[in-house]
Amino acid sequence: MPDTPYLVAAVAVSAAVTWGLRALPFTTLAPLRTSAAVSYLADRMPLGVMVILVAYTLRNMPLVHPAQALPDILALGATAGLHLWRRNAVLSILGGTALHVALATSLPTH
Amino acid sequence: MTSATAAYRPHRPATAAAPPRQQRSEAVAAFKISGSVGLAIFPIGIAFGMLVVHSGLAWWWATVFSSVIFAGSFEFLLIGFAVAAAPLAQIALTAFLVNSRHVFYALSFPLDQVEGKTGKIYSTFALTDEAYAFTASQTARSWPSRRILWLQASIHAYWVSGATTGAALGTVISAHLTGLGFAMTALFTVLAIDAFRARRDIPTPILAVACALIARFTFPGQMLLAAFALFTTSLLARYAYRRKARTHA
Repeated sequence: MPDTPYLVAAVAVSAAVTWGLRALPFTTLAPLRTSAAVSYLADRMPLGVMVILVAYTLRNMPLVHPAQALPDILALGATAGLHLWRRNAVLSILGGTALHVALATSLPTH
Repeated sequence: MTSATAAYRPHRPATAAAPPRQQRSEAVAAFKISGSVGLAIFPIGIAFGMLVVHSGLAWWWATVFSSVIFAGSFEFLLIGFAVAAAPLAQIALTAFLVNSRHVFYALSFPLDQVEGKTGKIYSTFALTDEAYAFTASQTARSWPSRRILWLQASIHAYWVSGATTGAALGTVISAHLTGLGFAMTALFTVLAIDAFRARRDIPTPILAVACALIARFTFPGQMLLAAFALFTTSLLARYAYRRKARTHA
């Protein structure tokens, strides 16, 4: 097991890099907010970024074995369907996750 | 800070002057807005906390990771690095690559609405995907500083309490919960649908999926960074093309 000084250093390095990435762009990007190209980007980024994050969280989905990808596909469809139907984020997230847990434990995927 | 700090006037402490009832109502409003996200973050926090304990680290490292770093997806990676005692340079580089998507959030996060130096420091520290999704919308343009800060603090609280709860559970039960990680996918799906409702734009999600797939198969090790870079580049290309088409029309 790693010693405490190493872990403290690892946390400090991670926190510094993460905060730097979140804070420093404001000093360089703030003047660009008035630019038409930047507002075009900012207008369309939230949707695109969320779609990419969905794809990223599903990156290990076995596309060549559709049967093994079934819990992911069905739970994703259920989440989106619930949200389009009821517009209730809590219901969509809990419903989709519960279905995924149920399918992942009951289907013989492994 | 350039124009961001220009909005900050130390001689006018607007936040300190707000009456206590108004301050409390902003906190309540923030927790109401973030409640749905909390229901997704808390179980992921539990999964994270359990993983910390199962990999052999002391339970309280889950609390330290989640409160001090506050970058969910990277923290999962850090467990593996810490257990293997990976070089600090490798940890720094991975943190940079995994979290570099936050660079793009500065484009539309309303930091100019956050008052005070401490407020701005915390606001940039707690600029997570979820905080960005809530505050980058048009409705957030009317939010006072306190509501934005409380919103970020509430997301922080869900994550830290979830991680700590999970770590505590991990010390008493040894069974692994499978499928809990899907809560993260469900959360981003919901946020994507809400973003689409705010701005009904068909080509953008198609472009995003294409960029994600190209990145997944071309740069499997750096999928997220590659997908964001591709997506931003293609949006800029689309913008340039439309501008050109308009001037020629």
